[in-house]
This record gives sequence, C-alpha cells and structure tokens, in this order.
Amino acid sequence: MPEIRNYTLNFGPQHPAAHGVLRLVLELDGEVIERADPHIGLLHRATEKLAESKPYNQSIPYMDRLDYVSMMCNEHGYVRAIEKLIGIEAPIRAQYIRTLYDEITRILNHLMWLGAHALDIGAMTVFLYAFREREDLMDCYEAVSGARMHAAYYRPGGVYRDLPEQMPQYQASQWVTGRDVTQRNEARQGSLLDFIEDFTERFPALVDEYETLLTDNRIWKQRTVGIGVVSPERAMQLGFTGPMIRGSGIPWDLRKKQSYAAYDQVEFDIPVGVNGDCYDRYLVRIEELRQSNRIIRQCIDWLRANPGPVMVDDYKVAAPQRADMKGDMESLIHHFKLFTEGYCPPAGEVYAAVEAPKGEFGCYIISDGTNKPYRLKIRAPGFAHLAAMDELVKGHMLADVVAVIGTMDVVFGEIDR
Amino acid sequence: MNDNAHNPMQTRLAELAENLIERFADLGCEVDQAHAEVTLVAPPGKLLEVATALRDEDDFLFEELIDVCGVDYSAYGMTEWQTRSAPNSGFGRGVDRSKELEFDEEKRFAAVYHLLSVSNNQRLRVRAYVNTERPIVPSVIGIWRVADWFEREAFDLYGILFDGHPDLRRILTDYGFIGHPFRKDFPLIGHVEMRYDPEQARVIYEPVSSVEPRTLVPRVARDDNRYAREESQQQAAEDASDA
Repeated sequence: MPEIRNYTLNFGPQHPAAHGVLRLVLELDGEVIERADPHIGLLHRATEKLAESKPYNQSIPYMDRLDYVSMMCNEHGYVRAIEKLIGIEAPIRAQYIRTLYDEITRILNHLMWLGAHALDIGAMTVFLYAFREREDLMDCYEAVSGARMHAAYYRPGGVYRDLPEQMPQYQASQWVTGRDVTQRNEARQGSLLDFIEDFTERFPALVDEYETLLTDNRIWKQRTVGIGVVSPERAMQLGFTGPMIRGSGIPWDLRKKQSYAAYDQVEFDIPVGVNGDCYDRYLVRIEELRQSNRIIRQCIDWLRANPGPVMVDDYKVAAPQRADMKGDMESLIHHFKLFTEGYCPPAGEVYAAVEAPKGEFGCYIISDGTNKPYRLKIRAPGFAHLAAMDELVKGHMLADVVAVIGTMDVVFGEIDR
Repeated sequence: MNDNAHNPMQTRLAELAENLIERFADLGCEVDQAHAEVTLVAPPGKLLEVATALRDEDDFLFEELIDVCGVDYSAYGMTEWQTRSAPNSGFGRGVDRSKELEFDEEKRFAAVYHLLSVSNNQRLRVRAYVNTERPIVPSVIGIWRVADWFEREAFDLYGILFDGHPDLRRILTDYGFIGHPFRKDFPLIGHVEMRYDPEQARVIYEPVSSVEPRTLVPRVARDDNRYAREESQQQAAEDASDA
C-alpha cells in the first residue's frame, strides 16, 4: 500500500475565482477538503481608523469603497447611524429615493454576483448578459450623482439632490453612428424616472433569460444542489444574514422586520429557501431580483406623484442652497462652518443597520460630542459569511470551494475594510 | 417614519430593559437605554454566564451574535482646539500632538457585542470593560460560533485577549505586524513603511519617512444648545416622575 499524505494547497490571493484578494490555505485528503483556512486582510485600508480622523460627512465616500458592488446600501447604513445619533429624519421623498436606489443597488449587486458565480462554475454567457443590464443601472447612478459607482449620494438628512428631469444622451462618435445612436437614446428621451421605468418593464423578461440558462441546467444543478448545506440553527450560530440566512429557510429581512426608509410603504415578498444549499440561495437571489423590480416600480409611481424636498431644512447638518449664500450672511456662515468643521452630534452610541444585498450591513458609532466619530465599527455581512468557510467546505471536493465562495457573495472591500 | 415616542417598539425596549435589570442586576450588570437601543454593561468575569442566559432564556433568546468589536476609550473627549473660551494668547491654529492619553486603568478598553434575537425581533448591546494591564475577557465562541473571527479582529486591532479562543491569530494586519493599530496611541501614519529595495533585491520595512502626520480638520467639541435643551427636558421629565 502506498502511503497517502495530506496535501496543502494555496488558493489565491491571485486567483480569478477568489473574487478579489482571498488567500485560502486548503488541507486536502486526495481531492476532499479537510480544513480551509482563509487568510484575509490583503485589502485592509483601516477605513474605521481613517473615519476617526475626519468629520462625519467626509467618510461617506469611504462607504462606497467598502462593498464596491453595493455602494449606496453602505452609504445608507452609515447615514442612518448618523441620523439616529443627531435625531433627524430625512424627508419622505428622500426616503423613497433611498428605497429606489437601494433596490437598484440590490439588482446591481445580484447581477454581479450571478454573473461571477456562474462564470466560476462554468457558464460564460450569464456573465455577459448580467453586465449588459448593469450598464443601464450604472447610468442611473451616473445621472443622479455624476459617478457610475462611488456615488456619495446619500447624506445625513436626505440625499444630495433631487432626481434629474433629463437623462444624458449618447452622441454620435467614430464608433457609434446613425441608427445605433438613435436606438441607444430611445429610452433616454424623458426623465430619469422614465428611463428606470423602461428598465423595469424589460427586466422581468431578462431575469427569465438568465433562468433559462441556469435554473434547469443539468450542469448548474450538479454543481450547486447539495453543496454547502446550512441548517437554520447553524445559520444563526454562524451569524448569517441576508440571502444566506433566507436560503436556509429563515424569513429574516430587515426591510420587513425592522423597517427603514420607505420599505413599510411598499409591497414585496421575502423569498426563502428550503434546503439551505447553494442552489436554494441562487433561487432566493433570483427571486429577490424580481421583488426589487417590483419595489422600484412602486417607488417610481410614488415619486412621480409627490414632489417635495429631498433634504432636511437644517443648516447645522445640510448645506444651504448656493443661491441663498450669495446674499444671506447666515447661510454663508453655515456653509463655511459645515464644510470646514462639520457638526458635533451629542455624546452617545448608536447602531444602525440596513438590509444590504449581501446581508446586514451595520454601523456602530461612538460619539464623544466632537465633530469626528470617536469609534466607527462597520459590521460587514461578508465577514461573518466568509468566517463560516471552513465549516461549509469541509468534506466537499476541491472544485466545490469555488461554488461556496461564489454563493457567499464575498467582496473584499467590505471584509477587509 | 421609524422612531416615534411611545410606539410599541419603545414599550418593548422598556420591557427588555426591565427584564435585564431583574435578571442581571445581582451579577453586577448595569442597563442603559438611549437612542431606542438598550445597552447592558457586564463585568468581564460574569460575561459567559450573562451571554449564555441571553441566548437561552425565553425572555431574551438572542440567538445571533451580529458583531463584536473592541473600543479604546483612552482619548475619549479629547479635543485639539479650545472652543469654549478664548485663550489669552489668542487662538492657535496648530494642533498639539504632545497630549498624553488619560484613562482609567480598569476601563481603557471594552469589548462590545451586538446581539440580535430573530424570534423576538430585538437587539441588544453588551459591553464589557477590560483592564489595561491584563486585557482579558472570556471568549464567547462556545455560545456563538461566529465570534471566532470577530474576536480575532478585536485582538489584532486592540490587543484584547479572548480567553478560551482556540486560534487567536492576527487577521487583518500583515504577517509579522507589530502593535495594535486601532489603539489611540498608534499613529494614523503607522510606524513602518514597506518598499522594494533594488540593492538587496527584496521587500524591506523601514521607519515611516514618506508621509508626515497632518490634520486637515481639527477635532473640536461644541456645546450645541439643541441637545442641551433635550437633556434638560429629559432631566425635567425624570424629576417629575421621581416626585
């Protein structure tokens, strides 16, 4: 009998299926995983420490860079914590805009996840399809904030500005001419809301398209059914949130249970899985795409019918109108103080969480009454999920590691912070 | 839309706070309620007992541990600019970096746990202050498995030791990193920097020289009359209820 030794394999940090910079040290018995030890921190930027050295508002752009595929949801968590701390509430229109953009972000995130997950376990086309739709949604980001990804659009007390009445249009160029330009601009003739509405009309059919490629696909099922099974009890022990806990059959969703923004005003359902495997989590996320689409449509209707302010009328936290500053000394001083010093919330501590696409994204802020947070702790959903790696892959084959990384929807911006 | 006074959420919080006092006051715990959140301050020696009860007893049922984080209270309330009175020498624009940290030996560090009850739909914060000389708290990994990485992170960044943790390694910082970077006495620019040295043909570490510490916006505290009013109202309400 030849002697068989365990084999230690180093997976990543530069591996396309590691979704960024994950280094996994795998102990293998043949092709079966004995132990998985993820080494994280390769993208650690000490966001929390940096936030301690800046006034509150200047850390909002850092939030975009945490989970860089669900930017506005991170901002929402941070901004909500500040609002709770200083005791202000955004106007109702801003709440609806946040709901709208949170759901756009959820679709953005789930499309990225779907494409990358499918690509990792052998389906190329879905990735290309998903990126086609992401392009439209990034245009929505750009139209409202000027940036396709790192928006810094949510502010304590509301959102930076109201939705634009015009959608930017393509111009003819060396590469795109004539009928192509007209075709691309077809949906962009009206306001941003018209553009989003056009998207929501097309989107359910597009989700069907992804499903025809995957849901009943034999190879897809072989790679995901029965892989990384988590029981409801274990899911709670392992601190799972979001689609990871819902995939195990627990109907836990902060949007419903601890409602925020305008989620108590819109109708939507929470999909849950049965078996708690990768396939169920895939089905949950696909259904979430459809539910997000539904929420977006309701928000569009409400936003069309109800104009109003999108920022609180409190110069201590929100900048005054530029026009006012030209003639009004008070506004000028407020503007100057707000941007050179910021505001001082009362001493105390708060924790505020939102249902980010990946799970519960929370911000814990300790304030000592100064203009900078004394301590900011970011609770990233991916951190808890990746910590369960060892338990999920134990006993599986090497190739299943990729499926499990994919199903966790990890992004290292938020895990390493 | 969310936080109105006297809504059912508030009464449930008050109920939770009452239950906590009733159950844990004997163990030396304190309960605090602010911003629609309840905080339980537990002595580190009793933490395991408290945590087990919080997870298992019907009044609490906090099945899920959402977050563990370390806190360093040694610079709490320290500001870089004087704002309350004008000094005789006029306002200085510079930021003084030579200030010594002042702290209570028993309360410099804290481990803060955020708990979530899925069945009761409630949240709770538990804080255990940690001694500076021997920063040790018991690990809750046996109660909530997820504590594993969170505790490693708090150890890495603050140097808090979790007694009973099976594998307390650094997690976020580099292999071979020295120090605990989130402590308030650790400078933002760090102690060492890394570069590739072409002569030695390898990556080397050397003391930081490429950046200097700078403060764009000084840390200031201002008395805000809006919050002062709130506090005085609260005080008045408390006095009225006492009378």
